[in-house]
Amino acid sequence: MSEPLLQVRGLTKRYGARLACADVSFDLVPGEVLAVVGESGSGKSTLLSLIATELAPDAGTVSYRMRDGDLRDLAGLSEAGRRALMRTEWGFVRQDAAQGLRMAVSAGGNVGERLMGMGERHYGRIRAQALDWLGRVEIAADRIDDPPTRFSGGMRQRLQIARNLVTGPRLVLMDEPTSGLDVSVQARLLDLIRRLSAELGLAVIIVTHDLAVARLLSHRIVVMRAGRVIETGLTDQVLDDPAQAYTQLLVSSVLAA
Amino acid sequence: MSETAMPASFPSPLRGGVRGGGGADGTVALDPALPPPPAPPRKGEERGDTGSGYNFAYLDEGTKRMIRRAILKAIAVPGYQVPFASREMPMPYGWGTGGVQVTAAILGRADVLKVIDQGADDTTNAVSIRRFFAKTSGVATTTRTAEATIIQTRHRIPETPLSEGQTLVYQVPIPEPLRFLEPRETETRQLHALAEYGAMQVKLYEDISRHGHIATTYAYPVEVAGRYVMDPSPTPKFDNPKMDDCPALQLFGAGRERRIYAVPPYTRVRSLDFEDHPFRVQEFTYPCALCGAEGVYLDEVLLDDAGRRMFVCSDTDHCEGRRADGHVGTGDAA
Repeated sequence: MSEPLLQVRGLTKRYGARLACADVSFDLVPGEVLAVVGESGSGKSTLLSLIATELAPDAGTVSYRMRDGDLRDLAGLSEAGRRALMRTEWGFVRQDAAQGLRMAVSAGGNVGERLMGMGERHYGRIRAQALDWLGRVEIAADRIDDPPTRFSGGMRQRLQIARNLVTGPRLVLMDEPTSGLDVSVQARLLDLIRRLSAELGLAVIIVTHDLAVARLLSHRIVVMRAGRVIETGLTDQVLDDPAQAYTQLLVSSVLAA
Repeated sequence: MSETAMPASFPSPLRGGVRGGGGADGTVALDPALPPPPAPPRKGEERGDTGSGYNFAYLDEGTKRMIRRAILKAIAVPGYQVPFASREMPMPYGWGTGGVQVTAAILGRADVLKVIDQGADDTTNAVSIRRFFAKTSGVATTTRTAEATIIQTRHRIPETPLSEGQTLVYQVPIPEPLRFLEPRETETRQLHALAEYGAMQVKLYEDISRHGHIATTYAYPVEVAGRYVMDPSPTPKFDNPKMDDCPALQLFGAGRERRIYAVPPYTRVRSLDFEDHPFRVQEFTYPCALCGAEGVYLDEVLLDDAGRRMFVCSDTDHCEGRRADGHVGTGDAA
């Protein structure tokens, strides 16, 4: 097994007296897809925000292996360094596309923003890259100048993915990317995520309450309940042979299609 | 600026002019052991009054000091927006309350003031601000760019090149160039602090994708001294090149948004652009219809309801000067 890309140790977060996330630890190797599942309020999204350093943990560390091979604690980075990392090496696909996109800016501008943030100042090249990425997420080239407000829910999520992947990140965080989409659109999006993550060797942490999503995409799975990790293991193993009573309940409550 | 901003002969109440509380009308019992106080200044003299009942240049000296501090900081960090405690001025927001406060803070008795609105000296806003300062400070006013030491402007930079010792004061409505993309003030400050200006480029990208060229014609973002990105206020981008390496001091005041920023003399001001879509200023097809000037910024003037129009210099002083020198345009041929 290769060296971990991301190392999470003892991550804990309280909102007042309420424990949102308790002593969560795991490793993520390059190219691995990890699903975090659990019911609403189990601390999944808090965990993702902690990893993305959008929230400060009460205890614990998140370390990331930089391009130079150094495993570095993200809390020790400068604000500028942290933001540069998020902009280039990381991606974050939000549940609500309006949070992850600039809704007033055209699709091309949305995809190009990270490139411009990295110093690209050639319109033609930005445009060509945006077109390429829209093609890869199956958005028609003639929609490049439309703002996301004119896109369907599924298209918005695909645009978010293009916007995040254009700088060639190594780690992408996804917060319920398929919720609120109808089933056929979900299937297409999942297909796309699976294809891109395999093609690009992306490490992905995907938070979902949908076990079908976890089964389809992930290599490993983490089951959370009331802020704690109660079960972890290979996806097939956890879903087909759950050890914990809660996981058994979760698995058995999936409607058979 | 230092010379005109606070002439030594001007007795400020903050520089030893103020004696103990309650002594204004001379009713304080004096200790005989103390030397007699200096003769009280005649009414109006201490405060630099011009007989209008207002302090010299309207603002009180404490406020001017506060504004000067902000100005000094702004000059020290070119392009950085310095917050200041903007005062309520006797005019509505949007009429130049920021510029007026900056002018009031730097105005000295020896200054000669010029005020323009869209390049013209004779429009309502320019006339009222000029009168305001003539009345509250008694300084000389002029319409000639070359004679002025302080020029307050709403949109234009005069066509006549500015020189050392002159100060250009801009009235700014929205000082934050990133506001278009980022409504949160906390976030825009962060972006400035980290020099993260990718979002600014997105605005220009949007222009090109929509119009085929950078269609922003005013408030065109610039990078000052290789660091801060600044909104040059609603000046036409035609004037952006004049900001670069300008011998005059440029001060920007935003009254409603409470920000002051500055471009010191001879500072690099670069208009943002793309390598394959370089910055370009507007070009005009015709010369000025009155004075025949080319390469100047023109205003369109409608002559009747039958579509007749003419294009004339937006800088009225420049146009008048040329006509006095015998230049003649083609009339309303356009």
